[in-house]
Amino acid sequence: MARGRPFRDASGAAPALTDGAALPAGGTPAVEVPAVEVPAGDTPAIEVIDLRRRFGAREALAGASFAVARGELFGFLGPNGGGKSTLFRILATLLPPDGGAARVLGHDVTRAPDAVRRLLGVVFQHASVDGKLTVEENLRHHGRLYGLRGPALAARIDALLLRLGLAERARELVERLSGGLRRRVELAKGLLPRPAVLLLDEPSTGLDPAARRDFLAELRALRDAEGVTVVLTTHHMEEAERCDRVAILDRGRVVALGPPDALKASVGGDVLVVETPDAEALRDAVRGRFGVVGTLVDGTLRLERARAHELVREIVEAFPDAVRSLTYGKPTLEDVFVQATGRRFVAGGEA
Amino acid sequence: MLAVATLWQREVIRFVRQRSRLVGALVQPIVFWLLLGGGLTASFRPAGAGVGYLEYFYPGVLALVLLFTAIFATISTVEDRRAGFLQGVLVAPVPRTAIVLGQALGGVTLAVLQGLLFLALAPLAGVALDAARVAAVTGVMALLAFALVNLGLFIAWRLESTQGFHAIMNLLLIPLWLLSGAFFPAAGAPRALGWLMRVDPLTYGMAALRRCLYLGDARAAAGLPGLGLSLAVLGGFALATLAGTALLARRTAA
Repeated sequence: MARGRPFRDASGAAPALTDGAALPAGGTPAVEVPAVEVPAGDTPAIEVIDLRRRFGAREALAGASFAVARGELFGFLGPNGGGKSTLFRILATLLPPDGGAARVLGHDVTRAPDAVRRLLGVVFQHASVDGKLTVEENLRHHGRLYGLRGPALAARIDALLLRLGLAERARELVERLSGGLRRRVELAKGLLPRPAVLLLDEPSTGLDPAARRDFLAELRALRDAEGVTVVLTTHHMEEAERCDRVAILDRGRVVALGPPDALKASVGGDVLVVETPDAEALRDAVRGRFGVVGTLVDGTLRLERARAHELVREIVEAFPDAVRSLTYGKPTLEDVFVQATGRRFVAGGEA
Repeated sequence: MLAVATLWQREVIRFVRQRSRLVGALVQPIVFWLLLGGGLTASFRPAGAGVGYLEYFYPGVLALVLLFTAIFATISTVEDRRAGFLQGVLVAPVPRTAIVLGQALGGVTLAVLQGLLFLALAPLAGVALDAARVAAVTGVMALLAFALVNLGLFIAWRLESTQGFHAIMNLLLIPLWLLSGAFFPAAGAPRALGWLMRVDPLTYGMAALRRCLYLGDARAAAGLPGLGLSLAVLGGFALATLAGTALLARRTAA
C-alpha cells in the first residue's frame, strides 16, 4: 500500500497530533471533531446526574452525580464493585442506565448515542486490538470506522505512531508486542478520531508501577498539548493522585470529589493507625488520657490529628502492651476513602 | 460502506493469517465425511438417489462446513464484543446494522472459502465438476452461509457469554442440519420426520446445493424440491434472519 513518509512537524518540535497534513477533506480545522457540535461556553465535558443502574439485586450505580470540566484530567477511584466499570460502560454508550442522565458535551448518552460516539475516544481495560493484525492495520481499520480514509488517515496514523514511540513497530503483529507497547497501541486507537473526551477504563492494567507512571505522564502531556479532556477509572491510589480531580466511588455513589490535595487536606492533619489486639479498649483509653477521639476501621484504631507525630511516643509509652504496630503518615487518598466510608479501601472489594 | 468493508476485510485477513484454522477447517469435514460416510456405506442405500452413501453424504458435509464456519463466526463475534476488537467497533459512530452486516459478510466469505476447498474433493465423491456447476454451487453456498451466519447472530447477539450458545447450537442448529436431507433423504423417512423436513428451511438450501452440484443431471435431483422454490425459500430465510438481527442490534445498546 502506498504511503507517505512519516509526518514531521515543520517546526522540528515533537509532532503535534493536530498536524495540518491530516486535514479532513472538507478543510475543517483538524482539531475539530467532524459533524458533531461541541457547544461553546462552559458546557461540561461530562455531566452525570443521579445516575442509576441495577444488575438484578445489585445496585451498581445508586445515584451518582458529578461533572467534569473541559480539559480536565479526571479520575474515578474506587474498589472493584464500586461502580467504576458500570459508569464507564454507560458513558461509552455500551450500557443504558436505569435512571438519571449522563451527557458528553451536552449530548445525552441514551438519546443521542451517535453524537456521543463521535466525541469520544475510548480505551478499554481488556485488549481491543486485534493480535493477528499489525499495529498499523489495527489503527487503519479503527480509523475507517470513524470515516477516515486515504492519505488523511495515513498521516494521522503516522503522527500518532511517532508521538507514542511506535513508529518502528508499525508493521509488527500486535500479538508480538510487549504488554506496555500494546497499551500504547490501545491509546493510539483511542486518540485516532481526535476525540474531545478520552475515556479510559483501568488503562494501566497489567503495567508495572514505573510503566504506569509513564503512561499517566503521557496522558497528562496529551492533555496539555491537545486540550483533550481525559477521564479514567482506576483502583490505584498513586494513579488517582496524579489526576487534576478525583471522584471516589463506593457502592455506586460518589463519596468524595475534588483535587487530590484538597481531599487529603480535608482529612484533618496526620494519620496514625494503631494495630492492637483490642481496638475498642484502646480507643476508649486514648480518649480518656489524651482527649483524641479515634475511629475503628477493620480492627485497627485510627487517629487523625494535626502534629500527630507527637502522639506516637506518648501512646507507645502509655500503652506498651496494647500497641502491636503503629503507622504514622500524611493523609493519602486511602485515608480520604476511609474517612468517607468507614472501611479500608482493599476491604471494600468484595461488594 | 466503509465500515462494512473494513470489518469484512479484517475477518478475511485474520483468517488467512491463521494457517492452523485453515487446515483444521478442511481436515475436520473430511474426517467426518470419510468416517461417517464410509461407515454407513454398507448399510445405507438412499432410496431413489441412485448413488452410494459417500456420494449422497458429500453435499451434506459441504453444508456442514458452512454451518460450522457460521457457528464459529458467531461465537467469535460474541466473544470479541466483550473482550476484543469489537469493543472498539461498538463505541464508534457506526450504524449497528453496518456492524452486523460487516460481521455477517466476513463470516460468509470464510464459509465460502472453506466450502470451495472442500468442493475440490468432489471428484473423490464421484461428482464431476465443471465451471457452471462450481459457479452455481458457489452462489448457493454464499446464500446458505449468509442465512446461517445471520441465524447464529440473531440467536447470540443478546447473549453476554457463549456458554448458552452451545446448548442452542446442539438443540437447534445441528437438528436443522440433520433434518435438511444432508444425512438422509426425505423419501423413506417416517411421516412425522418428513413433515419436519418440509418446514426446515435448510432442506431447501440443501436441495439447491444438490441441484447445482448436479446441474444438468435431472436424475440425481429426483425427489427434491425444485430449484426455483429452493432458492426462493433460502433467499427469504436469509433476508428474514438479516432483518431480525439488524432489528435486534439496533434495539440493544450492545
